Amino acid sequence: MNIVVCIKQVPYPKDVKLDPKTHTLIREGVESIINPFDMYAIEEGLRLKERYGGKVTVLTMGPPQAEEALREALSYGVDDAILLSDKAFAGADTLATSYTLAMGIRKIGDVDIILCGKQTIDSDTAQVGPGLAIRLNIPYVTYVRKIVHLNSKKIRVERIMDDGYETIDLNLPALFTVVKEINEPRVPSLRHKLRASKTRIPIYSAKDIGADIKRLGLNGSATRVINVFKPQRKRKLEWIEGSVEEQVEKLLDRLRTHKIIG
Amino acid sequence: MFAKQQAIIIETEAEPVSIHDLDQYRGVWIFAEQRSGRFPAVVYQLLGKGRELADNLGESLSAIVIGTDMQKEVEALPGYGADTVYYVDHPLCATFNEDIYINILVDLIRKYKPEIVLAGATSLGRSLIPGVATILETGLTADCTGLEIDPENRLLLQTRPAYGEQIMATIICPHRRPQMATVRSNVLKKPAFNPNARGEVVSLNIEVERIPRRTELVEHNSEGGESDYLADARIVVSGGRGLKEGKNFELLQRLAKLLGGAVGASRAAVDAEWIPYRHQVGQTGKIVNPRLYMAFGISGALQHVVGMESSDIIVAVNKDRHAPIFDIATYGIEGDLFEVIPALIKRLEGEN
Repeated sequence: MNIVVCIKQVPYPKDVKLDPKTHTLIREGVESIINPFDMYAIEEGLRLKERYGGKVTVLTMGPPQAEEALREALSYGVDDAILLSDKAFAGADTLATSYTLAMGIRKIGDVDIILCGKQTIDSDTAQVGPGLAIRLNIPYVTYVRKIVHLNSKKIRVERIMDDGYETIDLNLPALFTVVKEINEPRVPSLRHKLRASKTRIPIYSAKDIGADIKRLGLNGSATRVINVFKPQRKRKLEWIEGSVEEQVEKLLDRLRTHKIIG
Repeated sequence: MFAKQQAIIIETEAEPVSIHDLDQYRGVWIFAEQRSGRFPAVVYQLLGKGRELADNLGESLSAIVIGTDMQKEVEALPGYGADTVYYVDHPLCATFNEDIYINILVDLIRKYKPEIVLAGATSLGRSLIPGVATILETGLTADCTGLEIDPENRLLLQTRPAYGEQIMATIICPHRRPQMATVRSNVLKKPAFNPNARGEVVSLNIEVERIPRRTELVEHNSEGGESDYLADARIVVSGGRGLKEGKNFELLQRLAKLLGGAVGASRAAVDAEWIPYRHQVGQTGKIVNPRLYMAFGISGALQHVVGMESSDIIVAVNKDRHAPIFDIATYGIEGDLFEVIPALIKRLEGEN
């Protein structure tokens, strides 16, 4: 069974700062990590391989330094890693990203299962997974919290929706986006760490994956960011003092004033 | 393990709408999602915003409903601002199926050509709409908290948080149509119902059974029910490590019930298996923005804060006066939650 896990290297979510002049993100000195939701996708790929056999490949699109994220994935026991990197990919929105990843996966060939994290923690869109499945013309299920079973080419999964859980049957190949509840990621092993440092990671350019240049990066993006700013937080803390009864009384008064309770 | 013929094939994809055809796209659409035959609050909130955008553009507002056996609910939508409600009523549409819903929406958008399509940033909306936008090769902005029309060029200005709520970005979709966005629950106001509003319901006859379905819903388990609709809740009552053990979440359940709210939790409480994951608020859980967020025994780690910081009013109760949760709170109580919650419950029960 061929499993592909799509991952993204994201800035560590602390102290995101804007350049006061250019209103762009300051990237220098910002630590990068594998998008936390993708860690669950990697782990699930490894567990599927352990249960059903096959091979796990991690795929990412990003600048050359995204290779670090792929090496980290290899240290967990992933078999192969591929980096899609080309100046032409820069500035991609989710539409251009899903196109690029789809072309990369097409280059890999036969794939049975594609796993993605439910969303990234930098842009939070949750759009690339479904978009990728559409481009590959395969079914998808979002917010998967459990892969129940898999036999022959039928798979049963459980997903979380706002109003409860759904159990869904479908045929492979298919794409799943996973939530944290699905597993607990392992720690890297020494053996895999050693292997990771030696594994050659192929870097594919736009030409290598046969992509149409008009559909890549900023050119291929439908959306444009026209302004970036820090949110205004108008809140000012009011301490509520007194005995517990007084505190509760005062608090409920405030909530009534805000018309939150009747 | 699997045979060769299952290789993935890239479908021939549609060309994006040419820049010369943009003017053919007119009007504002709301995808009015339903769950179990009812509209979540965000649908009414979208109708209010949609009305405003349509009026600014001098265009009409339409709602599209895919469901079954909900004539009464559908007929009420004009009262909330819709000029036209397109209603696809079919038993196969009762529950969410990606293939069915995507096919119907894509076909209708191609036929009627709206310039703007909005949907709730619910789990259903965020699963469905990206598929639709990809097939249409158009732009989609997720999780918007602000929408307005640029008077100069009639473009939809879509504002959304990014980087875990630490920055806001305004996004446009200049050259493709429709302009699509999912919108967070509770950032918009529900409009008042106008019983005299005029609007028509157009029933669409679609042979839904002919749409190929690749996924099959085996079971739906609405554990927790309506009151646990966290993403949509007006009031969220959350507990963290300070709750000390799982059974103490019963206290929060009681308080939430009295307030008509949903129960949330910090990552620490979920990791300790005191409460299921779907209650988790934060970076690796749900992002909520209710009118009122109450944090009990939650220290306020960044990973939690990004999931609730945009709430209107934040009440924090913690023993530690220096807990970071107080940095973002509206009202702070330095105290023991095991005294404060029972006192709140007693007071609220006394009122009812």
